[in-house]
Amino acid sequence: MRLIKPNTNIDFIAYAKYAFIFSIIMFVISIASFSMEKLTLGIDFTGGVIVEVGYPEAVELQGVRDALSDGGYPDATVQHFGASDAVMIRLATDEGADTSSVSTQVMSSLQNADSQAELRRVEFVGPQVGDELVNKGALALLYTVIAILIYVIVRFHWKLAAGAVAALVHDVFITLGVFSLFHLDFDLTVLAALLAVLGYSLNDTIVVFDRIRENFRRMRKATPAEVVKASINQTLARTLMTSGTTILTLLALFFLGGEVIHGFATALLVGIIVGTYSSIFVASALALKLKITSHDMFPPREEDADKASQVTR
Amino acid sequence: MNRYPLWKYLLLLAVLLAGVLYALPNLYGEQPAVQVSRANGDAANQTLVNTVQRTLDSADVAPVEITLEEGRLLALYPNPEAQLKAAGVLKRELGDDFTVALNLASSTPGWLRAIGAEPMALGLDLRGGVHFLLEVDMDSVFNSTYDRYARDIPRFLREDGIRYSRASREGDSVRLAFPSEQLMDQAQSDLRGEFTVLEFNAASGADDTLVATLNEAERNRITDFALQQNLTTLRNRVNELGVAEPLVQRQGDSRIVVELPGVQDTAEAKRLLGKTATLEYRLVAKGQDAQEAKRTGNVPAGTELYDMRDGQPILLEDDVIASGDQLVDASSGLDQQSGTPAVFVTLDGQAASKMFDMTSAHVGDPMAVLFIENKVDTRYENGEEIRTRRQVEQVISVANIRSAFGKRFQTTGLERKEAQDLALLLRAGALAAPVNIVEERTIGPSLGADNIAQGRLAVIVGLLVVVLFMAVYYKTFGLFANAALFMNLVLIVALLSLLQATLTLPGIAGIVLTIGMAVDANVLVYERIREELDAGNTPQSAIKAGYDKAFSSIADANVTTLIAAVVLFGFGTGAIKGFAVTLSLGIITSMFTAIVGTRAIANLVYGRKARLQSLSI
Repeated sequence: MRLIKPNTNIDFIAYAKYAFIFSIIMFVISIASFSMEKLTLGIDFTGGVIVEVGYPEAVELQGVRDALSDGGYPDATVQHFGASDAVMIRLATDEGADTSSVSTQVMSSLQNADSQAELRRVEFVGPQVGDELVNKGALALLYTVIAILIYVIVRFHWKLAAGAVAALVHDVFITLGVFSLFHLDFDLTVLAALLAVLGYSLNDTIVVFDRIRENFRRMRKATPAEVVKASINQTLARTLMTSGTTILTLLALFFLGGEVIHGFATALLVGIIVGTYSSIFVASALALKLKITSHDMFPPREEDADKASQVTR
Repeated sequence: MNRYPLWKYLLLLAVLLAGVLYALPNLYGEQPAVQVSRANGDAANQTLVNTVQRTLDSADVAPVEITLEEGRLLALYPNPEAQLKAAGVLKRELGDDFTVALNLASSTPGWLRAIGAEPMALGLDLRGGVHFLLEVDMDSVFNSTYDRYARDIPRFLREDGIRYSRASREGDSVRLAFPSEQLMDQAQSDLRGEFTVLEFNAASGADDTLVATLNEAERNRITDFALQQNLTTLRNRVNELGVAEPLVQRQGDSRIVVELPGVQDTAEAKRLLGKTATLEYRLVAKGQDAQEAKRTGNVPAGTELYDMRDGQPILLEDDVIASGDQLVDASSGLDQQSGTPAVFVTLDGQAASKMFDMTSAHVGDPMAVLFIENKVDTRYENGEEIRTRRQVEQVISVANIRSAFGKRFQTTGLERKEAQDLALLLRAGALAAPVNIVEERTIGPSLGADNIAQGRLAVIVGLLVVVLFMAVYYKTFGLFANAALFMNLVLIVALLSLLQATLTLPGIAGIVLTIGMAVDANVLVYERIREELDAGNTPQSAIKAGYDKAFSSIADANVTTLIAAVVLFGFGTGAIKGFAVTLSLGIITSMFTAIVGTRAIANLVYGRKARLQSLSI
């Protein structure tokens, strides 16, 4: 069985123009949404309290809200979590308040109203910890990109590295854009997923680059555009297959992994779909715009040595 | 042709066998157990095993087995009811010197444990429990330190007979103004001799003024001391909670992680962690019979009755010479003159002058240290853990005053271990630097179980879907890849168990993701083989070329993913680290199984067929 027929030759370079326009529009929307709407940061970053409570049967949110108001927390955000018998309560932390006892007080006011309320999860993060995480998280993203940039420059060429990093930034921002546009919760696991997206998105790109390097060697007469086009086509089946199996397992995680892991799975799904698109349409096309040639990869002197081995093949 | 030398097959078999062996313990369940350890942290030994066995036998709750591993004693039971009953008995019979906790023991058979095979450790999000991140309030530590010097320095100057015009604390410094430059110079040299941990510099912009600040080494020492002190007290208190396998660990310069698996009552845990112990230096009441007082209950006026650590009664004067919040430092070491173990104590200026007055008047008399602490008792009744708090007052040291002393003094005549214990207790009783809970994560036991169930389901479904997909898409070669995928899963679990890495929910997510990605290497190879076949190559050379040519792509692609995983590990806290670990391990094992593993099978199946006409791919 084959998804892509042998000798498929789609002119991705011709589509690159439209792909660029599409990417730029997506990018602008993401940035706009990102700067206007901001991200709905989870308490990992903002600080605050989350209390997840389980009930033996479905529970009315109004009842829970009333119980919390009576307990002195009228500002609590209350919503169902996963199912109607579970409730998630969010509280902002006030400066200077004894935040560490909030979860205890919340639980006791809920149990006053319904003794069968069962504590499932508490997360309390102090504001100072949250601020640190924002910095550390941003730094982690930056370090990853720099490390990858260096690796690709050493193994390939700076023009390809530039293309790869542009594709990565593209993927991260569009994923962030989706999270901000749809007001999805951005917590620590989502940040971890974003870092993983960097790795995976690059994975696809690298496979294409590897083929470009090989084809520069084999297709001596071809123009760089033809080499890039051939390389993308030859690796297309693999790119789609790998993304396909990864997306399948992510769907399993998304639907079956439970609420806690939901944001994580969402970020990876979005990131890998965008990443697959960018490794086909963005990364190599950009290197082509930077006028990558076979001489960039194989300085003339090395090429002579290559010729000898080519003859024996 | 495509043949592997024998050693490659043997290596593969050996790796697979080791993988299966070390992954195996995860298939055995857990059984209820009661854990007994010594409250002072000493390792459990055979004597304790015998004591526990006897105690349990006589109470008619004989355990299935008692195991002793790494100083940890576990009595195993077939069901939770018997476990609770036994815990109650042990708690009652063994007394305060032992910590009794409920735990779960792996049912891994002995022969597997003998080769070091253990099941994976489960993170708090999977087994339930509390995670606290505590921050030691260093600002307040330095605050009180400078406050103390703002009192002690003027006191010293007065005693030294040097006139000063003004002394005040300003931020993190003490400013001293003098009437003349000459006095300032004299003060500077005298002060440097007395307060060696302070730096005295002329103030800029003000004449005849000195600014005293803590030197770098002292600042580090104070930070370290405050943290160590809290670590010690927290460990002691956590032990009282009766939690199996608690974690109390330093994190960075000013933070402490406390993890209490299985604890649900966070309110009680918090109250316990927040309580501080204190101590008091008092004179032992002279000419009074403590035994008599205890027996009759008639305590002489001006004295109070306490117990010593060995249970002997003792009468103390009710006047407090120095209390814990005036104790600056306590450490154990060797006495420079006699070379015997000693405890060195430093008091602040206020306590020092009172201590000097008292000791001058009472040379030769015994002085005692009274340790006051809030203890928590854990009992097991009707299948529930019940915790009650009480204040414990105990005399931890009695020593004769040899000569008058003030600020610094030492207690000698102790065994090495005694000296260490006493220094530890003194530090615990000194005014603890305040700690704040800056992060709390509590996972209820039912949620932990749900998380495991959901994680397992996601792994299984993800695996099945990929396996089906590969088999349909690549036919026979798809089956090779699937075999490698299972081997990969076994190896990941084996490595996680072997490293005793903690499995968390994001860790499971990492495994699921690895399943999706693990077939990538095979996809690369197989697509390459198809290309070679399309180009008209023979099946045998197509297999060879496919594996050879795909290798550089596979290596490059995996290295970059590994880079992301390593950064993630460096950045991550707790759960995120778990994700990074499973991801990295998965990348490494998948490269092995997908390249070496599938090639071995392909070689075994096709390698010897010289006239192979077509491949099922």
